[in-house]
Amino acid sequence: MTARIVLHQADITRALTRISHEILESNRGSNDLVLLGIPTRGVALANRIGAILGSIDGVDASTITVGALDVTMYRDDLSRNPTRAPSPTAIPAGGIDGKTVVLVDDVLYSGRTIRAALDAINDLGRPRAVRLATLVDRGHRELPIRADFVGKNLPTSTSERINVRIQEIDGIDEVTIEGSTPA
Amino acid sequence: MRHLLSTQDLSREAAIALLDVAEDMSDVGEREVKKIPALRGKTVVNLFFEDSTRTRISFEAAAKRLSADVINFSAKGSSVSKGESLKDTAQTLAAIGADAVVIRHGSSGAPRVLADSGWIDAGIVNAGDGTHEHPTQALLDAFTIRRRLHGAASRGRDLDGVTITIVGDILHSRVARSNAWLLTTLGAQVHVVAPATLLPLGIESWPVSVGYDLDAAVASGPDVVMMLRIQSERMHAAFFPTAREYSRQWGFDDERLARLPAASLVMHPGPMNRGLEISAGAADSPQSTVLEQVSNGVSIRMAVLYLLLSGERLTSGSPQAGEVTR
Repeated sequence: MTARIVLHQADITRALTRISHEILESNRGSNDLVLLGIPTRGVALANRIGAILGSIDGVDASTITVGALDVTMYRDDLSRNPTRAPSPTAIPAGGIDGKTVVLVDDVLYSGRTIRAALDAINDLGRPRAVRLATLVDRGHRELPIRADFVGKNLPTSTSERINVRIQEIDGIDEVTIEGSTPA
Repeated sequence: MRHLLSTQDLSREAAIALLDVAEDMSDVGEREVKKIPALRGKTVVNLFFEDSTRTRISFEAAAKRLSADVINFSAKGSSVSKGESLKDTAQTLAAIGADAVVIRHGSSGAPRVLADSGWIDAGIVNAGDGTHEHPTQALLDAFTIRRRLHGAASRGRDLDGVTITIVGDILHSRVARSNAWLLTTLGAQVHVVAPATLLPLGIESWPVSVGYDLDAAVASGPDVVMMLRIQSERMHAAFFPTAREYSRQWGFDDERLARLPAASLVMHPGPMNRGLEISAGAADSPQSTVLEQVSNGVSIRMAVLYLLLSGERLTSGSPQAGEVTR
């Protein structure tokens, strides 16, 4: 089992910067934009995208709101796995009604986490639109869900494992792939 | 967690983790839609052999907020009054398909019997058994203290160094027992004050210090004063001469409130005998947490039911803990 690095720190920063510009482009500015990270690493990524957006010319940093959305209680596999402890949800003070919500997660795989997130959003308010940004899209979707903003498409086999490590949580920025197939 | 029978079974880490889950559950109560689908399709039975208002309503609200189905059972008006045994009642509930049973019973140890008997496979929550334990009350008390002390930064904190004085009928109080174990586990120092007739045999084995003088206890400036209800339904002997004399010596009145430090909390598990163990002035003061205790009770019971019922029962060949399907 060898781990191969597929994204280094600079690659991750470039990907997040591009995603930030794409978000601005599709939203025509940063107005009414709410970034919601999915714990744990999605929250760190959402904060980074928020910081990048704030540093882009012509963007008013005070209009950028970042929060966290825990989806544990909405998962469809709660009774199949050992008990999972929930993480805090932090919705920005302005709420999400009428806003454009961008969900941020580290890896998009089966799509079940995002389905849970959509249900959770449904209970919190009625956003104008919901978009999805993900650092890595590894395929193998089990639901009709796709990402609007993708850092990197990584075709994988289901036996492989993608590890996203983020400075704020793991002390290093990198994405590695490990599994049975030789590199 | 398989059952919640006693706070003695909770380690420090488990207790803190439970309080943290309750923090997340309390956020649900502040949202537009006060309901999450975590326990959809599970059945929770409230099995109450003793009267209760807030505990039963609190468990019912907690189960409903988690989308579980609730069946309320009270001994009055059921086959128990025709002489049905606990075993037959339990087997009936098992046949109906209960996933969790919240039990309050007049006999100490009844929840333990239900959990160990094999009559029913459901998770058992002790909601007060005789004069033994009332673990969810102790958990909500600890949660209330932690929230008042640390506010929004409560997650992950213990109660190290907090001084708590429990006053009143320690002998009959399951709240006092559960609190003595749990608060000590969380690092607090617990002091009990009561007339000598209302202290149980073997109090020396409790992790608490004992006093008889409420004024001395107030003068030492505890962070929390927890008043207990005088349980007239259990007062079958002459434990103190008159209610008036008890009130004067061990009641928490306005004058004692004035001598308590302004930052200290006054707690009461309810229902209160106003004018007996606590004055109206103390019960309604800003230092009183009585109503917070009730609303925090729902969050704690949501956390308990969630930890009991989510996750695989008696895991066999399941994925490793912590492995996430994305």
